[in-house]
Amino acid sequence: MTDVTADAGGAAPLGPLGPAGGTVAVAAPTQRMAPARWSLLLRRPTFIVGGIIILFWIVCAIFGKSFAPFNPLAQNLLSNNTGPSASHWFGTDQLGRDVLSRVIVGARTILVVTPLATILGTVLGTALGLVMGYFGGWVDLIVGRIIEAVLALPFVIIAFLFIVAVGSSTGSLIVIIGFVFTPLIARTVRATVLSERHLDYLSSARLLGENSFRVMFGEILPNIMPAILVEFTVRLGYAVFAVATLSFLGFGVQPPTPDWGSDIAANYSGLLAGYWWQVLFPALAIASLVTAVNLITDSIEQVLNA
Amino acid sequence: MAMFLLRRLGLMVLTLWILSLIVFFAGQILPGDPGRAILGPFAAKSAVQALDHKLGVDQPLLTRYLDWLGGLLHGNFGTSYAYQSAVEPFVRAALINSVKLALLAFVIVVPLGIIGGVIAALYAGRAIDRIISVTGLSLAAMPEFVTGIVLIVIFGVELKVLPVTASAGAGAGDLQQFRHLILPAIPLVLILFGYIARMARAGTIESLNSDYARTAILKGLPRTTVIRRHVLRNSLLPTITVIATQTGYLIGGLVVVETLFNYQGIGNLIFKAAQAKDFAMLEAGVLVIGVVYVLATLAADLLLIALNPRLRVGGSDD
Repeated sequence: MTDVTADAGGAAPLGPLGPAGGTVAVAAPTQRMAPARWSLLLRRPTFIVGGIIILFWIVCAIFGKSFAPFNPLAQNLLSNNTGPSASHWFGTDQLGRDVLSRVIVGARTILVVTPLATILGTVLGTALGLVMGYFGGWVDLIVGRIIEAVLALPFVIIAFLFIVAVGSSTGSLIVIIGFVFTPLIARTVRATVLSERHLDYLSSARLLGENSFRVMFGEILPNIMPAILVEFTVRLGYAVFAVATLSFLGFGVQPPTPDWGSDIAANYSGLLAGYWWQVLFPALAIASLVTAVNLITDSIEQVLNA
Repeated sequence: MAMFLLRRLGLMVLTLWILSLIVFFAGQILPGDPGRAILGPFAAKSAVQALDHKLGVDQPLLTRYLDWLGGLLHGNFGTSYAYQSAVEPFVRAALINSVKLALLAFVIVVPLGIIGGVIAALYAGRAIDRIISVTGLSLAAMPEFVTGIVLIVIFGVELKVLPVTASAGAGAGDLQQFRHLILPAIPLVLILFGYIARMARAGTIESLNSDYARTAILKGLPRTTVIRRHVLRNSLLPTITVIATQTGYLIGGLVVVETLFNYQGIGNLIFKAAQAKDFAMLEAGVLVIGVVYVLATLAADLLLIALNPRLRVGGSDD
């Protein structure tokens, strides 16, 4: 049989991506997301808190420039490396730029790249997973092997293997994270499709003469939507992790554009000299975003499984 | 059983082969000319071409792949363009360093995660369970450099109790080196804790609800005995698998942690090789990581079979 990828998915629930790997496959219920469930979601405090934090950062990403106390690019070498004070709440960095303003404006990159990369990965992964799960056989075997080989590499390494190849920019960050997510999402979708494959509605659809394409995208896809939604939100959390990590490693936005990860890398030497505010505040910004996305993921999972 | 093992090994070889293809061709699409990268922008064109020829990078792709693969099978990982010497000693030294760091992280996180998960399961649904589960999950999603920075600010900069670089420097004793590794190990521990605890919790809850646990309780055994002799033995199976499969992930985390703490491990080696466009080093490092991961997964499967008699019979994994 062809199920070694399922084996990898089941026995290795976390995979090389660590966080949230295949745990979703377990939590993949095939009930539809009824409108009533959405209102259930709004009653969960975790969802509200997560939503407020994300909303705050979205506002910063869109309007940050207009309410940031200083120009995030304005250097002032006469007052560099100053600690938090009344005029600079988060202090200044080594070029005398206001850290608070950079944190506010720096929300933009991560909030643009993260959802776009996740959407790309989800779309590609869903298509691939549907094909693998529906056709099975040698298609499944070959694609499964390739996926397993890709997953044998830690994601950071695949990502920067390709980033070095195509150059680092916001666009390549989106494409690369999207591609890295594709096999992971494909694996989950494939497992979900397999659990649907023998259900009656599919045999009826086939008897009615629907072609494979219509069966896959018209019949199976709507039925596995909740599982894909959960997978999407889980991956979203991980995309924040990925984008932050890659920009910290210098593979994201290039200076002087404010960005949490690259600002941390740029001021890291200052940390050892005692200028902790230059790196701690962007780090806490990342932490708050990661937490917020996970609170939302957790509440969606709880509501879907309820 | 023998069939299962054979098939498993066959698939492993296939995976490794595909991995070698991916690594090699990804390495080839890296832009830039190695000869130019080594000699710098002002070198004469002919010198660059001569060096490229000497390095063999002007050969056709397939020839180079076969040469490279043949070399690998003979234990020859190629020559570093940047250092002009064999890659193998660098990779070996870096791997040993990384293993030290990873081992320390595992030694701390495995008991911690299992204890945390079992406690959460025993108090399932109560406050302590929520605290352990939510903390574990949030920490698991936190990038290593974020937790690393918070730790450095607290322990290295404010309290000044732990060194903030991972290498103790030449001539330092083992104990000294160990002290330097504590801070870098903690971000890895924090990330892994959540998964191990989660698996241990799920496994424990499942076996607490099982018939054999109920029988043991009903026949009057003390709760601690039931937990120790009946529940834990079964609940730790999935946990072991998770631990083994986390090895691959751990190495990815090492890239960040080793960069943050400036430690000469395999992650740092790959990172620097990618920056310097040192193909041979990059390919060797990435491949070594892939091999470690595939072997760890195999070990996890075998361990699971050894520990769970039910899996020995079927032989099929689906």
